[in-house]
Amino acid sequence: MVRFVNLTLAGITQGAVFAAVALALVLIWRATRVVNFAQGGMLMFTTFLAWTVVHDGGSYWLALGVALASGLVIGAVAERVLVRPVEGGPPLNAVIVTLGLYVLLQAAAGMIWGDTPHSYPPAFTIKGLTAGGTRLLLSPFDLFVIGAVALVMAALTVLFVRTGLGLKLRAAAFAPEIARLQGVRVGRMLTLGWALAALVGSLAGVLIAPSVFVGPSQFDAMLVFGFTAAVIGGLDSPAGAVVGGLLLGCALSYVSGYISSDLVTFGALAALIAVLMVRPNGLFAARTGRRV
Amino acid sequence: MSGGPSQPLELREVTVRFGGLVALEKVSLSAPPGRVTGVIGPNGAGKTTLFNVVCGFVRPRSGEVRWRGRPLVRHRPHRLTRLGIARTLQGLGLFPGLTVLENVMVGADRHARAGLVSGLLALPRADRDDAALRERAMARLDELGVAGEAARRPGELPYGAQKRVALARALVADPDLLLLDEPAAGLSAAEIEELAALIRGLRGGPAVVLVEHHMDLVMGVCDQVVVLDFGRVIAAGPPAEVRDDPAVLDAYLGEEVRDA
Repeated sequence: MVRFVNLTLAGITQGAVFAAVALALVLIWRATRVVNFAQGGMLMFTTFLAWTVVHDGGSYWLALGVALASGLVIGAVAERVLVRPVEGGPPLNAVIVTLGLYVLLQAAAGMIWGDTPHSYPPAFTIKGLTAGGTRLLLSPFDLFVIGAVALVMAALTVLFVRTGLGLKLRAAAFAPEIARLQGVRVGRMLTLGWALAALVGSLAGVLIAPSVFVGPSQFDAMLVFGFTAAVIGGLDSPAGAVVGGLLLGCALSYVSGYISSDLVTFGALAALIAVLMVRPNGLFAARTGRRV
Repeated sequence: MSGGPSQPLELREVTVRFGGLVALEKVSLSAPPGRVTGVIGPNGAGKTTLFNVVCGFVRPRSGEVRWRGRPLVRHRPHRLTRLGIARTLQGLGLFPGLTVLENVMVGADRHARAGLVSGLLALPRADRDDAALRERAMARLDELGVAGEAARRPGELPYGAQKRVALARALVADPDLLLLDEPAAGLSAAEIEELAALIRGLRGGPAVVLVEHHMDLVMGVCDQVVVLDFGRVIAAGPPAEVRDDPAVLDAYLGEEVRDA
């Protein structure tokens, strides 16, 4: 039982990070119908910037701030400079552009910081808490990870559901032409959407950095798991991304704990197929009405 | 704001070509405030193109559109609400994923002053704006008799009710010019009656331009009618006069006249 609880706790922590990456993908997909393959590269780059701050003696929190701010900027610039010109073209163009951006970021990081992974400090101790004499697989840092992701989710929910700006963001995503007629600056909304998504991604990067280390290819798996979580959730639903992330985190934790850690990637694939067999559009996909 | 709403919308010799096709040929018309101007004509006569020119979706090859006493040049669709122009779309043009209330709130944006930054940070001013927006949107929905559906998605409502929501969204910005693109399409006879009453109720308010196929509606609510055929104005004047104009009969009911 203790083992199950521990695996679940570890799964939730990991799942929170997957959820953040998934959310970054979902935000962009909703706004621009582009799967941002550069997301892994973007969060790798911002985490490297944060690592540089820590390496030069800056505090953890300053580094986190740098990562988030640079995420905002990279996201906005990527949309405005690279994605905007291919918008409205064949979907494959945007795929190639984001893949190209990923390769570019990876190569640039390798040139600037080298290919050797660097360690990254956690914000708090990673020593597990104890409850009734048993050591739990949940550390103060894990709690921070869960809390940080939860906070960002709550802030985004308030932004999208409760504010006029969020309404415009949603309107621009649903029907850009109509939104334009209602006076919405659609272009700005798309740029902002990308910036917000990249910010969420950069948070995920910093949070996962202590366990995967910081290197040009260290975050590739994050994109794969984040994408899996997003698809499980239905790609169009932010709530689905969160649930998908948590489910995937737990599933992978059970696979590695009860079976073998070699099978984790396989487990992700199995989870994806299982969900898509039952709900082809993902768990939280809006029901598409059938026209007769 | 110079000019002000007392000036009419004016088109002066507007010409639009798509490749070799002439969509509008030296079209001139004037839509005074407080009155309903109907634009009619057979399919392909250029009615929707005319709206698209006013909205900035299509740039005329020559001629000019004047609004508030100034020529409209290089205006972009997203500036329309700020210019006091609202447009309903052929069909519905509602956001399927937003609630009825949210759909109308998007249209009320003209009155929201909070900028991007204060909106992002949910500063008090943005919050106040948001509450005011919600209130205005609710008031419009109430006027149009669909306030009870505020929390539902447009797709869950009957077509007639969705049309009302679309109209509420166009009116919520208090436009000085309202462009109605075939509002009667898809409505039942009873619903068209209601629509006619709604449009008549707008008299004395904004300048209304109505593009419509439905003759009874046009003749029943318009103060003046402009008839387009193959991109040209072939008649203009009060409904009763236009109805009996031989050129109009020829364009609209051509075969009948020729047969007669």
